[in-house]
Amino acid sequence: MGDAEIIPIGTRGRPGRGTGKQPSSAARGLAPGGKPKPAARKPGPSRAGVAPKTPTRDHSPDPVIETDPPAEPAVDPTGSPAIEGAPVLDAPAASRATLSPATTKNRNPLGGIPSKDWLAAFQHAAREVFGEQWEPQLARFLAFLRRRVTGDYVVDEYGFDQEVTQRFFMAALRPIAEKWFRIEVRGIDNIPSDGGALVVSNHSGTVPVDGLMTMVSIHDHTGRFLRPLGADLVFQMPIVSSLARKGGATLACSEDAERMLRGGELVGVWPEGFKGIGKPYADRYKLQRFGRGGFVSAALRTGVPIVPLAVVGAEEIYPLVGNIPGLARILGVPYIPITPFFPLLGPLGLVPLPSKWLLEFGEPIRTDDYDGAAGDDPMLVFNVTDQVRETIQQTLYSLLMQRESVFR
Amino acid sequence: MAGGGKVVLVTGVSRDLGRKFARAVALEPGVSRVIGVDVVPPRGDMGDVSFVRADIRNPVIAKVIAKEDVDTVVHMSVIATPGSAGGRNTMKELNVIGTMQLLAACQKAPGLQHLIVKSTTTVYGASNRDPAMFTEDMEPRRAPRAGYAKDVAEIEGYVRGFARRRPDVRVTLLRAANVIGPQVLSPITSYFRLPILPTVLGYDARLQFLHQHDLLGVLRHSVNADVHGTFNIAGDGIMMLSQAARRLQRPTVPMPGFAVGNLGSFLRSARVADFSPEQLSFLTYGRGVDTTRMREVLGFSPRFTTAEAFADFGKSLPTTGGRSARVLAGISQQLPDPGTVRGSSADRQPGRQSGQQSGLAEIGPGGLRRG
Repeated sequence: MGDAEIIPIGTRGRPGRGTGKQPSSAARGLAPGGKPKPAARKPGPSRAGVAPKTPTRDHSPDPVIETDPPAEPAVDPTGSPAIEGAPVLDAPAASRATLSPATTKNRNPLGGIPSKDWLAAFQHAAREVFGEQWEPQLARFLAFLRRRVTGDYVVDEYGFDQEVTQRFFMAALRPIAEKWFRIEVRGIDNIPSDGGALVVSNHSGTVPVDGLMTMVSIHDHTGRFLRPLGADLVFQMPIVSSLARKGGATLACSEDAERMLRGGELVGVWPEGFKGIGKPYADRYKLQRFGRGGFVSAALRTGVPIVPLAVVGAEEIYPLVGNIPGLARILGVPYIPITPFFPLLGPLGLVPLPSKWLLEFGEPIRTDDYDGAAGDDPMLVFNVTDQVRETIQQTLYSLLMQRESVFR
Repeated sequence: MAGGGKVVLVTGVSRDLGRKFARAVALEPGVSRVIGVDVVPPRGDMGDVSFVRADIRNPVIAKVIAKEDVDTVVHMSVIATPGSAGGRNTMKELNVIGTMQLLAACQKAPGLQHLIVKSTTTVYGASNRDPAMFTEDMEPRRAPRAGYAKDVAEIEGYVRGFARRRPDVRVTLLRAANVIGPQVLSPITSYFRLPILPTVLGYDARLQFLHQHDLLGVLRHSVNADVHGTFNIAGDGIMMLSQAARRLQRPTVPMPGFAVGNLGSFLRSARVADFSPEQLSFLTYGRGVDTTRMREVLGFSPRFTTAEAFADFGKSLPTTGGRSARVLAGISQQLPDPGTVRGSSADRQPGRQSGQQSGLAEIGPGGLRRG
């Protein structure tokens, strides 16, 4: 009995089911000439599958059929025009009589839009994106794209691609630094404006996000690029390795460190390494062993200042509460982290907690007073290493005292 | 001998670079006579070079050196690919045993003053633990276990031994980066001649090239120069593999490392490209060498940078991709003068490139495909 009210498509506007039989009384009520019966409307919404069709026919069918072709596609080229467009198009009622009925041929979604409109829309969009000076802006952007596509750019000997780092990596990381972690930078004047320097930082946070955030903060405040030194695991992992080289990183070995420092670069090093980022949450802000002091001998040999950096906030982004050593050994990585959210919430657990970050650059430790052979004196190297470590640890404690809470 | 000029013996003249070098060095003013040695006669024109058909793997070479009173030996017959030699065993035999015999003959030659060996930067290997730039006194992070790299490492060992035993002979070991040029046939050029470049997914190798012109230049230079030691020879600058593929306008297919290796051995067995096994790690991690010693001690500076050498090589290749580059070029011609906008590179003409990019433009719309 319910089936009797379904009005199938393809009956050329005639009411009924197209079976040659007499249309049902409900269908006759829907026909254009027929008088609208309120009873016919009711069963429609009650049945989910039928609902979209019934109101369509129901809703004064003449404008739908007759005024379709002229303006319909311009309003909504992709959607189904007959349903949504009808009420809008009631206005040009005068043209109704002159136009022929719509057929599917006329419904080419793109056919109806004149190229002038396309151009206007494009110009409008360009103005929205690039501002009033959109033409030179767009030209500049296209020139950038062309340089990328034709390979017409330079990389330095470590594979650092300054253009893509500045335009892409930094731009992508900046909102995270400013909006998500709300990084506050102190003592930025301690970074020399030119010449080689070695920034030594604590390392934390399960995933080395602190390195990326330090790079962005230093670039935004001083305009210099921090050149991080990465473990060989970084250059072993696919994708990470090519991104690291493009972003300016190189292998943490004495040859590369000294070469970069001699070349006047600002080099960043995280001597705790995996011991630092992979330490449990309970050990937060406790500095681990500072490697073997290789960074100090590199600085001593090249005579560049060492700038200690204390990062507060990175410990809380992924609180590491567990580890799967067996799986880590199989995969050849230092640890498999378990955080309160990570395996539990799946990919959602990868979102770092929005802790408030403080970066404090300390007073530079000068090394140019020592002579060239000082880098080979192990006792001096250990002493300077301890001095840097103590400075960072003390700065961490004082920053933690000043911090109101983890997230504020 | 005549005129007191140098008598130069060049090995490996049957191959293109050896023959060209022998011809070029014969024109040098200080050189009176050039003798080319190889197992097969050279195909091209030898000019003033006198060819001696001899195998450096047997002691005949000692007689040649003694009879001709050779004072400079240039060893160029280290073969990079098994394909050209006829199998890996022959290649190893030619490379290692040939060098041993040659050095034994040199040791017995009292008149010898100078030995120049063309080696390669392949001895440094390629791994994720490499420093960014190798200097001459660095060792490979992983000792090569097979193939060309091992041959070269052994050859260099014998050369060092020779230098110890004959301190009166100046020994110059030239470690050349990948030689590239329009006519060069080598593993790396045959790789770039593939219509679609397989790359290792997630890695981007750093490459350095040496133009063939500069290889000949540095060999000529070291025949005349009074220096000895080991030198890295490479063009200035670094290029990423992705960048090189874009400059050639070749599409790339990133695939996992083992797949690239399998494809490489398939291409080698199908004789499509002379893909060498150690090329896989090179295309994964790349390699850079420091050329400070080349400039300051050897006193040579290459005419082509890495990018220029590669552009010169790319000029001869038909393009197989680059549609997006052409589309972008078309769009930017519609827009007003990007040249004035760009600021830093304002010297370029609007719409149409000039200067160093012109080489690329010639490749671009040409579309001259090989049959």
